[in-house]
Amino acid sequence: MAEFNVDPYASLYARRTSGMAASEVRALFAVASRPDVVSLAGGMPYVQALPTEHVLEVVESVLAERADVALQYGGGQGSPVLRERVAMLMSEEGLGVDAEDVVVTTGAQQALDLIGKVLIDPGDEIVVEAPSYVGALSAFSAYEPRFVQIELDEDGMIVERLEEALVRGVRPKFVYTVPNFHNPAGVTMSPTRREQLVTLCREARIPIVEDNPYGLLRFEGEHQPTLRSLDPGNVIYLGTVSKVFSPGVRVGWAVAEPGVLQRLILAKEAADLCGSNFTMLVTERYLTGDAWRTNLTRLVETYRSRRDAMLMALLEHFPADARWTRPAGGFYVWVTLPSYFDTRSMLAAAVERRVAYVPGTAFYADGSGKERMRLAFCYPPEERIEEGVRRLGELLRDEEALYRSLSR
Amino acid sequence: MSERIAVLAGGHSPEREVSLRSGHRVATALEARGYDAFLLDPAEAPLVETLSETAAGCCYVALHGKDGEDGTVQRVLELLGLEYTGTRPFACHIAFDKILAKEALHAGGVRTPAWVTIQAPALRDLAAGPILQKVAERIGLPVVVKPSRAGSAMGISFVERESDLPSAVMNALSFSDAVVVERKIAGTEVAAGMVADASDPLPLVEIVPKSGVFDYAARYTPGTTEYYAPARVGDEVMASCRDEATKTFRALSIRDVGRADMIVDAEGAPWVIDVNVSPGMTDTSLLPMAAAAAGVDLPELCDRVVQLPLARRQPG
Repeated sequence: MAEFNVDPYASLYARRTSGMAASEVRALFAVASRPDVVSLAGGMPYVQALPTEHVLEVVESVLAERADVALQYGGGQGSPVLRERVAMLMSEEGLGVDAEDVVVTTGAQQALDLIGKVLIDPGDEIVVEAPSYVGALSAFSAYEPRFVQIELDEDGMIVERLEEALVRGVRPKFVYTVPNFHNPAGVTMSPTRREQLVTLCREARIPIVEDNPYGLLRFEGEHQPTLRSLDPGNVIYLGTVSKVFSPGVRVGWAVAEPGVLQRLILAKEAADLCGSNFTMLVTERYLTGDAWRTNLTRLVETYRSRRDAMLMALLEHFPADARWTRPAGGFYVWVTLPSYFDTRSMLAAAVERRVAYVPGTAFYADGSGKERMRLAFCYPPEERIEEGVRRLGELLRDEEALYRSLSR
Repeated sequence: MSERIAVLAGGHSPEREVSLRSGHRVATALEARGYDAFLLDPAEAPLVETLSETAAGCCYVALHGKDGEDGTVQRVLELLGLEYTGTRPFACHIAFDKILAKEALHAGGVRTPAWVTIQAPALRDLAAGPILQKVAERIGLPVVVKPSRAGSAMGISFVERESDLPSAVMNALSFSDAVVVERKIAGTEVAAGMVADASDPLPLVEIVPKSGVFDYAARYTPGTTEYYAPARVGDEVMASCRDEATKTFRALSIRDVGRADMIVDAEGAPWVIDVNVSPGMTDTSLLPMAAAAAGVDLPELCDRVVQLPLARRQPG
């Protein structure tokens, strides 16, 4: 009568892995990659729009002229020329940064992990938005914090709620926010809220982690001031070239004050010694000159037109009692359905009807959000978006009929 | 020259990932036994053309879920005149559909928990939602709500309170157009695997999920479930489980390979709760564990299974 030892490591895993389990939703996404499924799920940048000739030239020139550097280890802080270029990129949104205050990371995602590593002890409270970027929740989770969720609305995080939480005795290590074209909510923090948040956090001595991957993908209106520009000493800022160039180069960064920065660099070196000099130099060259601007302008137009297609389709095909956000940039529309919907359990039926989305529960630390879904308009062309939303609308009508029948 | 075996795995069902893991392991195991095995994913390559181009001598069906277990792929293979591992199409059709399988088990004298069936059109088109109130009256609580056609415990909920029934039914209907609501039997979960001979099942595997529920995560995250093979049950219980498994395989005409999942209640009586015509072959799957308990490793297990269709081929 032997115990069958499926996994000899089973008793050895660290506590932080307890949340890492196989899931039905993941299994369904594996099917959703078939070509006849309209995927409104993944937030994949439309890299087909990149000027491939130009990228090829850039790659060739890096190898021809800088192979000795490009193919070698580099410093933990990241290529100095790239950091200069990245500082220039941030100035596009009015944020003045010294290249010395930047650490380049493997995508901004690694910066999230490093921040967790440097700032979170098990049991520490950290504030996230409700909903919040799922990748940040996963990255921070490994460090076993207690998440305090603060609701957001059309104007971003409801700062009054944060204030109430602080009054209740919440003492977070930091406040994490995506102020521009929020993932998943699609909303942008208003100037008033930005001022409120920065002031509150300064007074309470709670640093802000500002994650700004989508800031340059603005379809209309003026750029809002970054939180860091409002209070450089109290904001750790995260950026990436994933949305303006390519997620494949894995170039992101963090901007922080010297003490934090030094620890982030040391943590980065401990994790992977250094980033890829090759992709850093490719990125630096790509962002030199004006071709990237022309391409970004085209990209923004493409995304705007896809957003418009999605909003039109939602109006036409979704039930009258559904609500959704109207993003002024970025990748996502956030849909709130009547409370009897469960988008997680509905996903299998959606995939069966050849359309996929991300269930709302993914974006909450406490498992709420079952009546919500994130729809990404960044990748499929307009007619596919329209078709996907139509299929979803049909499913919602059938689900509603089921519910009405079952609740009679 | 070594025999060419197409291992069919992947496909479009929600169990695609599980199937790919099964298929990779089967293909590697067959290669270790000297076969010229290759993986064929019908979602990636056209099935009929690829089978003819590769001149496969027979197919190992490691597809799970719809298409792979409901007789669809088996009908295609029969039309092509290719032998394959496992159950024939009509029997697959019945075994995979819990509505039909429950009836067939019942008719075959197999002990299976009391159940009712609810079809989506009854709710949508006949507005028959109020019948849900009859469920508890008919079979009592707690119950297990299952999609009629799905695998890997997908879409399954356990319901203790009547008020939770509607959402459980909606959840299951996401996977299928009908649900089976079954009386929940408390006890020890065991699985009986079979290769070649329905009258001689493999050693029982006992399943002890740490969370208490053998759901998708408990099935496919190594370390979240403890397995004991052979199961820690007395000889008498062991014998009655084996009997029940044999009756199950016969009632459903399961051929070559299969698995019957059972709950042994407090009195030691086994209740059949599920039947698989294409049992999982992953690193956390039950059939390979059962075989291992009988001293049969994975390559030998796969070899034994694939010998069966090879032997069925007409000479010439």
